[in-house]
Amino acid sequence: MLLAVLSGFLIAALAPALYRLTPRFAAPLLALLPAALFIWFAQLLPQISAGGSLRISHAWIPGLSINLSFLVDGLSLLFALLISGIGTFIILFAGRYLGGHRDLPRLMVLLLCFMAAMLGLVLSDNLISLFVFWELTSITSYLLIGFNHEDAKARAAALQGLFVTVGGGLALMTGLIMLGLIGGSFELSELLDQRDALQAHPLFVPMLLLILAGAFTKSAQFPFHFWLPNAMAAPTPVSAYLHSATMVKAGVYLLARLQPALGDNSLWLTLLGLTGAVTMLLGIYLASRSTGIKQLLAYSTVMALGTLTMLIGLGTDKALAAMIAFLVAHSLYKGALFMIAGVLDYSTGSKDFLTVRGMARRMPITTLTAILAALSLAGVLPLFGFIAKEMMLESVLHAPRLAKVLTVFAFLAATLGVTAALVIGVRPWFGAPLPTQKPFRQAPAALLAGPVVLTLLSLMFGLFPAWPEATLLAAAASASAGHAVTPGMALWHGVNTPLLMSLGALVLGALLFARWASWRRLTQATETLALRVGPERLYVVLMDGLVRFSAWQTRVLQNGYLRYYLITTLMTMTALVWTAAGLNHGSFTFHLTLSDIAPHEFVIAGTLAAAAIAAALTSERLGAVAALGAIGFTVALTYVLFSAPDLGITQVLVETLTVILLVLVLFRLPGFLTLSSRPVRLFDALVGLIVGGTFTVLLLAVTATRYYHSISSYFIEHSVPDGFGRNIVNVILVDFRALDTLGEIAVLALAAIGVFAMIKLRAEDHR
Amino acid sequence: METLMAFVVGVLYATAIYMILRRSIVKLVIGLVLLSNAANLLLFTSAGMTRGAPPLVPQGATVPAGVVADPLAQALILTAIVIGFGVLAFAVVLIRRAYEVVQADDMNQMKDTDT
Repeated sequence: MLLAVLSGFLIAALAPALYRLTPRFAAPLLALLPAALFIWFAQLLPQISAGGSLRISHAWIPGLSINLSFLVDGLSLLFALLISGIGTFIILFAGRYLGGHRDLPRLMVLLLCFMAAMLGLVLSDNLISLFVFWELTSITSYLLIGFNHEDAKARAAALQGLFVTVGGGLALMTGLIMLGLIGGSFELSELLDQRDALQAHPLFVPMLLLILAGAFTKSAQFPFHFWLPNAMAAPTPVSAYLHSATMVKAGVYLLARLQPALGDNSLWLTLLGLTGAVTMLLGIYLASRSTGIKQLLAYSTVMALGTLTMLIGLGTDKALAAMIAFLVAHSLYKGALFMIAGVLDYSTGSKDFLTVRGMARRMPITTLTAILAALSLAGVLPLFGFIAKEMMLESVLHAPRLAKVLTVFAFLAATLGVTAALVIGVRPWFGAPLPTQKPFRQAPAALLAGPVVLTLLSLMFGLFPAWPEATLLAAAASASAGHAVTPGMALWHGVNTPLLMSLGALVLGALLFARWASWRRLTQATETLALRVGPERLYVVLMDGLVRFSAWQTRVLQNGYLRYYLITTLMTMTALVWTAAGLNHGSFTFHLTLSDIAPHEFVIAGTLAAAAIAAALTSERLGAVAALGAIGFTVALTYVLFSAPDLGITQVLVETLTVILLVLVLFRLPGFLTLSSRPVRLFDALVGLIVGGTFTVLLLAVTATRYYHSISSYFIEHSVPDGFGRNIVNVILVDFRALDTLGEIAVLALAAIGVFAMIKLRAEDHR
Repeated sequence: METLMAFVVGVLYATAIYMILRRSIVKLVIGLVLLSNAANLLLFTSAGMTRGAPPLVPQGATVPAGVVADPLAQALILTAIVIGFGVLAFAVVLIRRAYEVVQADDMNQMKDTDT
């Protein structure tokens, strides 16, 4: 299992070499990996469809309960099959679509890494490793969207996608850690049973909101939907893979996965239900008025993601079964349609409905595939999309709450869905042919294989829904529901409300399509409005504000004056110390005894204090250096008196050298100047007193309180037996902590080199 | 003794900080020396001050007789004294060099990177 997940990363490393060996066959060879993974996952099907699940765990950082553990059940297996299956065709497609592109090997590396990250994400049982894979998909998708890095638009889109998804990722991380701490385990398989305990916890609501923030940003839910259409700046194969079948569904996967633990309460239902419904309608509305093929597909993906979120929010058995059906249907037709958009671009050089017409005669296979896929998008008999849509309408009608609102939303979305499907299924293919922008060329089999196979699957699943249901879909729905679910998928349920709604949507949608140009004109105003006050505008304002804020902050904090840096740092530290002290008020005492002090010790302390004050106040350099000398030798005396002879000796040596150094160098500098005004000096004295006072109080508290036993006893006991030395301080320095001493010597050597270099530099300047 | 030393350390810190906040570059050096002494004494005091019991093991014994001063703190301070000297030497030469280049000993005139 570990190999299955990580093989993508391993093979990705080989991809550039493979391209150097055989540029022609590299893509088919690389496609063997996802194909092999697909077969490997498929052989797990019998076990999973029988209701079993598989759990494999590898310890990673057991101390933090972070493990590379994997869970295969219906839900994760469904995603794994989609990822590896569609991935196979995408790799083949990309190899041909961008054949000869200078950076094709890089694209392959990224695609394979992305696939591996995605597999890791859906198979992870551990929350933390799930999060790691989650972020890996964000990063690889950033690189994939920005693949044409010379294009400023692509770079901006990539950055936008990264900011939105990684911003949500931060929230998700917090949410997942809270979930793990509340549930007492970081393993999904253990958390999913604890529904009642989790939902009763006082922190349940914040945790839920954080997790939803992560899932909603990743799955482009309103108001974060804007990054997804912009991400269409990526090459078509990338869009087809990331933004139809896989990455954007990561959020949906997470919601479906956590539904048994976090779902089935009013907050979940309202938030997911309404957000999903709004996203669904908004997405398909924007799709119905798009003229770019990829843009239309992107917006209709937003619709699908909204629908899935809404269905998970409803949380009934029916809704979850519909969710699984919709997920599969969408992955099949959307992957196919995206690749068809790529084929159209390859053949004609255009990706816009306004410039491509009447291609049916020249591209019969593509046309037929496109029509079938579009029918599945529209939800027309006998494709799998029809079954999914019927199930969706059925479960919305019987929603436990908000049934009426959601039904209206769903009906409108279905209507506009038909319009959008007709735009893509009719516009480019029929009507009077327009001249192509590039000389027409026929698409090769490698480009057509993906859409054809996926569309055939759509048709087959539609005609024989019992087979996919029994093999996997029932198990997937059960995993998402937390108990066994029988979806009962069938093509014909007789004449019922959903069917009538479908028919109504079909008629209305077709009418709208007939008046497509007027519809687009009529709705032009919304676009202008969105540009002015939409969420994307908010994003732009936010980013501009961030840049301006950091410029201001740099100006204020990085002002170049050492004084201000020091004052800021010192005052912050002091404030933190006092805040901490205030929060733990009463948990410590102060060491306040003067009775144990001998008279000569008073003299020593007095000398130190007086010399320090003298050093600070004198106006003569010599006086300051003399005061420093007095301090140094008094400190040495203190060391000797208080049982530290080694320190005393070292201090005397260093002090002598210091005085010599100061006399030699300092007196070549100008004398003391009083540059600051009196108020400034008083202010600085106040800062000094505050910090000094803080240290005094800290020290009084520290010497009176001991939270832990000193580890010194170890050194005292082991110095002779293990270190063979009687001077314990020396044994620590050269034996127990010898590496530290080596570091110290290195620092001294560096300082010596620096001093030497600077002196030598000066000599050369003078020459 | 720790009580008294706490106040001495406070005075050392206060004067050190006052000095490193000065604009005159020579005073900065004085501040550095004061600061390193203050830090060493802070460590020394916080480990507890013991009279007449250096951390030495007498001949023939494997552990010292009775309670001895904390050897770990002393090892740390020993390192700190030496490093402090290295830093000081470096700083002094650096300041000397900076003065030569900028021809000013006012810190406020050294706030730009390009001189």
